[in-house]
Amino acid sequence: MNSREQSLPLKAAVCLFWLLLWALAARLVGQELLLPSPLQVLRRLFALALSRDYWSMIASSLLRVLAGIVGAALLGVLLAMLTEYSALARALLSPLMTLVKSTPVASFIILALVWLGRSVLPAFISGLIVLPVVWANVSAGIAGRDAQLLELAQVYALPRGRILRRITLPSVLPHFRAALCSALGLGWKAGIAAEVLTVPRSSIGRMIYESKLYLETTSLFAWTLTVILLSLVIERLLLRLVRQIGRKGGAADV
Amino acid sequence: MFEWRDVSVSFGEKSVLRGCSISGADGARIALMGPSGCGKTTLLRVALALQEPDSGSFRSDAGRIAAVFQEPRLLPWLTAAENVNLVLSDGPETLSDVREWLARLGLGDASALYPRELSGGMQQRVSIARALACAPELLILDEPFRGLDQELRNKVMALIRPLSFRSGLLLATHSAEEAEALGCRILRWRDGTFVE
Repeated sequence: MNSREQSLPLKAAVCLFWLLLWALAARLVGQELLLPSPLQVLRRLFALALSRDYWSMIASSLLRVLAGIVGAALLGVLLAMLTEYSALARALLSPLMTLVKSTPVASFIILALVWLGRSVLPAFISGLIVLPVVWANVSAGIAGRDAQLLELAQVYALPRGRILRRITLPSVLPHFRAALCSALGLGWKAGIAAEVLTVPRSSIGRMIYESKLYLETTSLFAWTLTVILLSLVIERLLLRLVRQIGRKGGAADV
Repeated sequence: MFEWRDVSVSFGEKSVLRGCSISGADGARIALMGPSGCGKTTLLRVALALQEPDSGSFRSDAGRIAAVFQEPRLLPWLTAAENVNLVLSDGPETLSDVREWLARLGLGDASALYPRELSGGMQQRVSIARALACAPELLILDEPFRGLDQELRNKVMALIRPLSFRSGLLLATHSAEEAEALGCRILRWRDGTFVE
């Protein structure tokens, strides 16, 4: 076990510590409106989970934001391939990606509100967060392919498909996975933030906005907890998917 | 047949090969010998189209070319058998041939192992199996027996010696014994070229 990794009992103990601290703070404040206790939040979450609306809102938000993330990830891979083989494309795209990475998300949301429909905007914002990270990492992966293995492929006249499947894919997948690791959570949170600002119909963002509007702090916490849990689930599922693709391509572990 | 014609290569200010011309008839075997850095590998890289010469050319009538480099160049995410099979069909239909070649090189039990689980010498033998398995018409060997002890060298050389390569065999080596064991005509480095 890595010295920085924590064992399960230790993780549980740490989690319990912070929950107890939260419960203590809630008791000291004494007002659910300002700071609900963990138990109150959990009760609200269970109540929400019993309603069909809760799941349909989750589905709508997931669909919307994941469309942006997956679309941007695919576009990032394609652009990385393009910029690897075209110096002109690289010269044109590099500053654009730096600009996208450096611009505050809020500025994009406000700008995009002017250009795009409310229902499309969260997907667009999530995509903007994910795109430059995937592009940069996949570009690094393609550029970092082992030159000796590429020479080997040339000497043995391996078909392009085999080079892609046996050399390029296993070389790039760890970089792609690292990009998803760092961008997924950010993309998901930015998508929900965009929903809060654009309040599309049937969305987690709308519920967070309405909770704030009607001072439903416990609901706000419950919906926030939903966002966090979904973030963890999405990350695990997508990374597992990427790992399976890697194994099919011949990568022992990516 | 194969032929280097008037090949010159330089790296920056350093001229490595100067007007090197060597040819061989069908099935000819030659060994390039000389001190480290004299241009043996560079000449073989020209033959493999991995090095563009400043002037001159290489041509051969070989359809299938195989090479054993100084380093094994195995894909770390593939097993020994998969590494060999990579240059064949990359499918299950050639796996029995692959296992046979690995067995002939004393790696019968290692076919399912990954390169990180093999010693340097075993990795190099996998790369030799990979080259031989594709039945090359031109076999290019660049100091291929590095990391192999004398007994294994003899065994591998005895395996290669009776095989026929329609267009020829090109070997870079420091050892006249290896060149002779593989039935090669020895060319020694002199003033930027190789002569008998």
